[in-house]
Amino acid sequence: MNRKEVVSLKNVSLKYYSLEGETHAVNDISFSVKEGEFIGIVGPSGCGKTTILSLIAGLIKPTKGEVLVDGKSVEGPSTDVGYMLQQDHLFEWRTISQNVLLGLEIHGKVNQESKAKVERLLETYGLGEFKNHYPDQLSGGMRQRAALIRTLAIDPKILLLDEPFSALDYQTRLAISDEVSTIIRKEGKTALLVTHDISEAISMSDKVIVLSKRPASIKSIHEIKLTCEKDNPISRRQAPEFREYFNTIWKELDVHVQ
Amino acid sequence: MFNRNKISAASKEHAMYIAKIKRRKLFIRLTQISVLILFIILWELAARFKIIDAFITSQPTRIVDTLVNLHEEGTLWMHISISIIETIIGFVLGTALGTAIAIVLWWSDFIAKVADPYLVVLNSLPKVALGPIIIVWIGAGPFAIITMALLVSLIVTIITVLNGFLEVSPDKIKLLQTFGATKLQILKKVILPASIPTIISALKINVGMSWVGVIVGEFLVSKAGLGHLIVYGGQVFKLDLVMTSVFILSIAAALMYQFTAWLEKKLIKWQNLR
Repeated sequence: MNRKEVVSLKNVSLKYYSLEGETHAVNDISFSVKEGEFIGIVGPSGCGKTTILSLIAGLIKPTKGEVLVDGKSVEGPSTDVGYMLQQDHLFEWRTISQNVLLGLEIHGKVNQESKAKVERLLETYGLGEFKNHYPDQLSGGMRQRAALIRTLAIDPKILLLDEPFSALDYQTRLAISDEVSTIIRKEGKTALLVTHDISEAISMSDKVIVLSKRPASIKSIHEIKLTCEKDNPISRRQAPEFREYFNTIWKELDVHVQ
Repeated sequence: MFNRNKISAASKEHAMYIAKIKRRKLFIRLTQISVLILFIILWELAARFKIIDAFITSQPTRIVDTLVNLHEEGTLWMHISISIIETIIGFVLGTALGTAIAIVLWWSDFIAKVADPYLVVLNSLPKVALGPIIIVWIGAGPFAIITMALLVSLIVTIITVLNGFLEVSPDKIKLLQTFGATKLQILKKVILPASIPTIISALKINVGMSWVGVIVGEFLVSKAGLGHLIVYGGQVFKLDLVMTSVFILSIAAALMYQFTAWLEKKLIKWQNLR
């Protein structure tokens, strides 16, 4: 299948400056993501995984190299890219439906049509009866689902997921990652998931990119091919190849606990 | 979801538990009232039996007489309302202006850095020391008193509210940035709404601050208001008048505080849901 490339990084490097000196966060990274692909990015903690997402989202500019989204150089945040953060960051003073409309509000696109679309998303993903509730009244899993709908509401082509499940407990995490991956595939989105959880990356992604310690560079890219009946994270975890991928990536990450 | 206002018992044991909590609450309230009544009775008796000198300490019945007299003279409400109006203008202006300045300082990091040492000095300066200057500049009248009330609350408001702004989670701001929000949108969508609790608590503090400013202002200007009554009473040695004014003052201040507490409940609905 010859799908077009929606995200590509070309020899991207990034340095941060502070009075104490400079931090080399990202070193000469190149990769590309095709339409509809789900990419997992794993790496040692503090290696600059989040930085890569911030570059694609247009929140920061690379020191060297080029970031392309949909063939165009990234100049700043755009509606093509949706970003999901570690915590849901639902605003506690807004109801769920007001929260999910936030992105559309920023873009000045709140109208009958977009409102109806958001209502539909809430209904489809089981939050319909909670739309007038405040975030404090929802469970962690439901809140994360609301956060996903908030991101989907602006109809981005690409979703950036920055350890979106790390604040959840293990059971909820499995369930919600299953759901989120199903939703993303159903909505036909391209996604990049940053995580420190190797199993999560393998179970959700088509490809896993392994990063080195800081400055982050690409160590390897694994095409994940699993033999399983259903293509959802929970059954993918049962696949016989799962463990092999896990061991390979684990070794590459080269984790030493001091 | 369980609603705090309408507690319904889930079982017999729960009903007993609720009853126990309610009894305790009632007991606390009754004790509070008894302490006050006891204090008033002891004061009155001590004055009647000449254990204390009522000329210096006044006594509850004299306070009531003074209240009635002031009311019959027709000046009571004039003095009360003057002080209350000055205080309200003082704390509303103090909160509004303080918040506005905090917004400017939040907007421009440069201005905030430049202003920082000045704010620190102005904050530690007792603002009532500026009283005589204000009276000379503005004239001995209500405007000077309102300016005093404003000055007392302004700097604290700026510092409190600005800190509130800066405590808003950077990730909430990042979230808006990923949507491509402008600085004005960040201010309106997250900084201000997230800081409403801080602004209200500044308002609450300012009620007390503003009373300080107004009373000191009325001491200095001494034309009308509760502060004037207190100073006048002290000068002519009418301690009944002083005590009566203090009594009215405490009731007015308490009512105003209750009002801001009520306002807080109204405005921050989402905090009472848990």
